[in-house]
Amino acid sequence: MTENHVAQPPPAAVSPQTALPVMLEIAEVRRENATAKTLLISLESAEDQPGLILETFTPGQFVMVWVPRMDEKPYALSYLEEGRAGITVHRRGPFSKRLCEMRAGERIGLRGAYGRGFWDVGERAPGASAAIIGGGCGMAVLAPLAERLPEATLVQGARSADGLFFTDRFPGQVIFTDDGSAGRHGLPTEWLVEAVADGAVEAVYTCGPEPMMARVVELCRGAGLPCQASIERYMKCGIGVCGQCDCDGRRVCVEGPVFSGEELARMPSFGRRRRDKTGRQIPVE
Amino acid sequence: MSTPDATGPNLSVNLCGIKLGNPTVLASGALGMTRALIQRVARSGAGAATIKSVTVRPRQGHNNPTVIAYEAGMLNAVGYSNPGADEAGREFADIDRLSIPVLASVVGEDAGEFAAAAERLMPCGFAGLEIPLSCPHTPGYGTLAGHGTPEATEQITRAVRAVTDRPLFVKLSPNVPGISELALAAIEGGADGICAVNTLGPGMIINVEAREPVLGFKMGGVSGPALRPVAVRCVYDVATALRRHGCEAPIIGIGGISTGRHALEMMMAGASAVGVGTAVYSRGIEVFGKITQELRQLCRRLSINSLDEARGAALQ
Repeated sequence: MTENHVAQPPPAAVSPQTALPVMLEIAEVRRENATAKTLLISLESAEDQPGLILETFTPGQFVMVWVPRMDEKPYALSYLEEGRAGITVHRRGPFSKRLCEMRAGERIGLRGAYGRGFWDVGERAPGASAAIIGGGCGMAVLAPLAERLPEATLVQGARSADGLFFTDRFPGQVIFTDDGSAGRHGLPTEWLVEAVADGAVEAVYTCGPEPMMARVVELCRGAGLPCQASIERYMKCGIGVCGQCDCDGRRVCVEGPVFSGEELARMPSFGRRRRDKTGRQIPVE
Repeated sequence: MSTPDATGPNLSVNLCGIKLGNPTVLASGALGMTRALIQRVARSGAGAATIKSVTVRPRQGHNNPTVIAYEAGMLNAVGYSNPGADEAGREFADIDRLSIPVLASVVGEDAGEFAAAAERLMPCGFAGLEIPLSCPHTPGYGTLAGHGTPEATEQITRAVRAVTDRPLFVKLSPNVPGISELALAAIEGGADGICAVNTLGPGMIINVEAREPVLGFKMGGVSGPALRPVAVRCVYDVATALRRHGCEAPIIGIGGISTGRHALEMMMAGASAVGVGTAVYSRGIEVFGKITQELRQLCRRLSINSLDEARGAALQ
């Protein structure tokens, strides 16, 4: 990555004219760890329903996932392969619990992919000098990026061994756990501190708990390294109209969810405050 | 009084003393949830902005999907989610420091709640206030609570009038047989101007695979291109009625406006300014500057030197 493209990230995603969910069949359900599952969704019947644009998908983009008569929430695509798209769901509330109970053959609605994903991850990608740092279910956002940057170092942090994601999918990754039950004992940011000191990294991509990302962004700024982070805010429309996902004047659904370290440095709410469903500001946990 | 020159025509608007550099106004509901986004809207060229409506107490609103777009516009049933008047008062404190005038928008289940929310918010420095009596998709509010009758319109307007001296606009529903009656009732209650119109319907979109309405609330207000001809007719009706009664109250025309031509059309129906909401989706947050630029070129081509010349040009 050059300084130039970090200073000028691409503009907000262009929206399609329709934004309606497309009902698709779940082809396969995979257990990823103690609390997370991946739903692999068949794209077979997508063509005759408008609302899905996956040809231009970039890692970090998300879909709005609709469970009729329940709710609709954003999930990054964790897989995009021939004829199938995947979302990886960490069970934490009623909606994600419902998704985790779904079985192959059931249908869910998807619209998107929306938002600005990670950029310059094609031919100009930094390759072996890049680091991808994930924490918890932030790994779901980073997985397609890690596939596009196979030479990059993938560093994953989890609370414990039973919360790790994609250990078989990415066998070469560096693992950290809070309790030391797998990999190194500690936080993935410790790896970054060492790598920065060694001069071994030239670009960083991250997604995970916001305090972790805030630390990554801070370390990168200190070292003058370009950095991109994918953040999460409560979303409603997903298409830039309602304002619900505002983060200091930026609509996370279209101008994010991926932001450069420089952009995040100008967003005082990053790492500190988010908004709940009413729009009230609350601390990030 | 302006003369055409290199920078002309004159696109400035005076709404009951509120001065706008151009007639585009961010309509309530889109983006206006935070001060920072209103600031973005100001930077993208809006003449004024309206906040998302606020109630006395916080509201979660309806479950998602709350906003969906189809080939002729948008359906929404957000359900007045908002953090409540106290929190909104903190969010929008010193709102008069922004570069454009900002209108508050408050709703309640009855006249007392409208007045209480207005009383809490107006000290923030809002240039004026809008009260929507016309939401078609939130139980307890708007048309679902009978706020769209001439009696209720006058009563609620009167209650809010009692708590603020700032310009007061009443936002009307297009889903009534006689919108001009409502406009006259609002003026009778003390309104300074009219916002016409709120969303149409409610409408419904059903997903045939799921065999379910898509919106969480099943139905929602229709906005965007589908609404525009209805909104133009409503503004025309209201302007005609106000004129007949010798009333010069300004109208903010809202509904499907996404280009300078649409804006001029709405003003020829009698509007002084135009609300823009759904077009943020189709043309981006820069839509305000785009509309203004197109309007300037169109006025130049049609030899319109100031918007006063165009306003109500299509009225009998």
